[in-house]
Amino acid sequence: MQPLESAVSGRDLDITLSGSWTAAHTRVLEPLVEAAVREARDRHLRLDMHAVTEIDTFGACLVERLACSNSTGIEAEPVGIPERMRGLLAEVGRVSRAAQPLPPKKKASFAGIESIGRATINAGRDLVVFIEMLGELGDALLRVLRDPRRLRPISLIYQLDRVGLQAIPIIFLITFLIGGIISQQGIFHFRRFGAGDYAVDLVGILVLREIGVLIVAIMVAGRSGSSYTAELGSMKMREEIDALYTMGLDPVEVLLLPRVVALICALPALTFFGSISALFGGGLVEWFYGGMSPAIYIERLKDAVSITHFEVGIVKAPFMALVIGIVACSEGLRVKGSAESLGLQTTTSVVKSIFLVVVLDGLFAMFFAGIGM
Amino acid sequence: MDSEAIISVRDLVVGFSDQIVLDHLSLDVRRGEILGLVGASGGGKSVLLRAIIGLLAKRDGRISLFGTDRDIAAPETMQAIERRCGVLFQQGALFSSLNTRQNVEFPMREYLHLSERLRGEVALTKLGMVGISTEDAEKFPAELSGGMTKRAALARALALDPELVFLDEPTSGLDPIAAGDFDTLIETLQRTLGLTVFMVTHDLDSLYAICNRIAVLIDGKIIVQGPIDMILACEHPWVKAYFRGKRTREKAPVLGQPAH
Repeated sequence: MQPLESAVSGRDLDITLSGSWTAAHTRVLEPLVEAAVREARDRHLRLDMHAVTEIDTFGACLVERLACSNSTGIEAEPVGIPERMRGLLAEVGRVSRAAQPLPPKKKASFAGIESIGRATINAGRDLVVFIEMLGELGDALLRVLRDPRRLRPISLIYQLDRVGLQAIPIIFLITFLIGGIISQQGIFHFRRFGAGDYAVDLVGILVLREIGVLIVAIMVAGRSGSSYTAELGSMKMREEIDALYTMGLDPVEVLLLPRVVALICALPALTFFGSISALFGGGLVEWFYGGMSPAIYIERLKDAVSITHFEVGIVKAPFMALVIGIVACSEGLRVKGSAESLGLQTTTSVVKSIFLVVVLDGLFAMFFAGIGM
Repeated sequence: MDSEAIISVRDLVVGFSDQIVLDHLSLDVRRGEILGLVGASGGGKSVLLRAIIGLLAKRDGRISLFGTDRDIAAPETMQAIERRCGVLFQQGALFSSLNTRQNVEFPMREYLHLSERLRGEVALTKLGMVGISTEDAEKFPAELSGGMTKRAALARALALDPELVFLDEPTSGLDPIAAGDFDTLIETLQRTLGLTVFMVTHDLDSLYAICNRIAVLIDGKIIVQGPIDMILACEHPWVKAYFRGKRTREKAPVLGQPAH
């Protein structure tokens, strides 16, 4: 005898269940149940369960699926349920009736399109968040300028020390090495057609216009941007930011403004030091590898670069600092309860700010080319 | 009631370094009963539970589950036996990288061949039984409250419809109404599935409402075990203080007749 026997009589469908309705048998039971559900669609269902020997939650779920199969919305009331199974079936029935239907499964064929759509919407939202944060910072800055007592000098100086002063050694080291490498490559390749001396022009212009500020901004995004995000994120997790709100203080003014202002002040200074260090590294390589004495290097450098090159580089620094600061802070405030989300937002913050810094650099390059600088 | 012993512990000794926590302890849990284990905080209740599950090494004695001795059984036999057990840990121990529904589905996925649809249905049913809505089932453990974590963990312990369930303080952290529902649920499952429940608890309401037998663990030994009446009649000072102390309210007289 099959565990599920059905007999159609007119508008009625009689189903008799028997045997063991447990997890181990669901492979056999589920297709039978599905077939019966199709049969029962517009019929009146009668369920007889007196021959069921054992049942567990898995079986009870299948019985429930049968009982709710009728499209008229009338549920079949199983009869002949052995006493000891009543409690479980009643419980499963109660739960499934109380539950909302499962959210529809996403169609795989549209998943790609959906993810593109979501990514687009998210990019749009990111832009809105960015502009919002820019506005809030501007608002806070205006408030502080109108009432300078609201400025938090200790916080500002502490942040300046952290993102500026403490970053100097590593910035010096990295830019020194980059300057040296550019110089070496320039000498090596230019020498082949007798233009080895022009490596000085290469180093000077490249470092002052592009590489100096770019390297420094990327370093700062990785070093200070990530720490801003992690810091603000863990403050958010521990409800410290909510605590500030309840005291009537604006977190943007108290926490974000000093950080962003410190970054805007520190980045041009770091760029300046970084560029000098890169020129120094380039000069050393010229001396030892290219055989050009330092005096000549400086002389050639004077001819090769003008103050314009320096200005083009340094003018970009505060804007890059602003981008890094806004991204770092807004990602930090997006952290939710879990440690995982803190890690995720920190990664996002660094990736996003480096990307935006490079994009910004490209835009500036187009702008300066346009105005002929 | 079938009085076959599902868990049989004989002369169990468990200790850490020079401290003996369980000292020649013997205890039987019979098929189909709900046994409540009580004892002072830090008195070794959880140690006993972990020793029975096999998470703690014992120094001496014998533990058998479903008539199989842990020491002499082959690893495959023990694995098959462990499948018939469900454990609710005190802190829930949900996998944080899976959402609540996936947590309940996890043991089913490992051990049973189910269609995805049925697996989802059963998981949601189990979660519904413990009072977690379909919406909350998609949340991750980090987003659940303490009580909800506990309920989700119970749903996971029950995922495979085990015959034997270990509950480590199942109702702690739940409000009294939810705790009562929890008791009812344990009772329903116990009745319908012939479940055997070994529970460590401090909840006097659960002890009175659903436990068939109570074992009291003091100084590393079970000093008294039996139905509630027998425990109430015990003259040991700790037992008297526990069951007739300030926090017991006016329970004792009502409890003359246990629920079953």
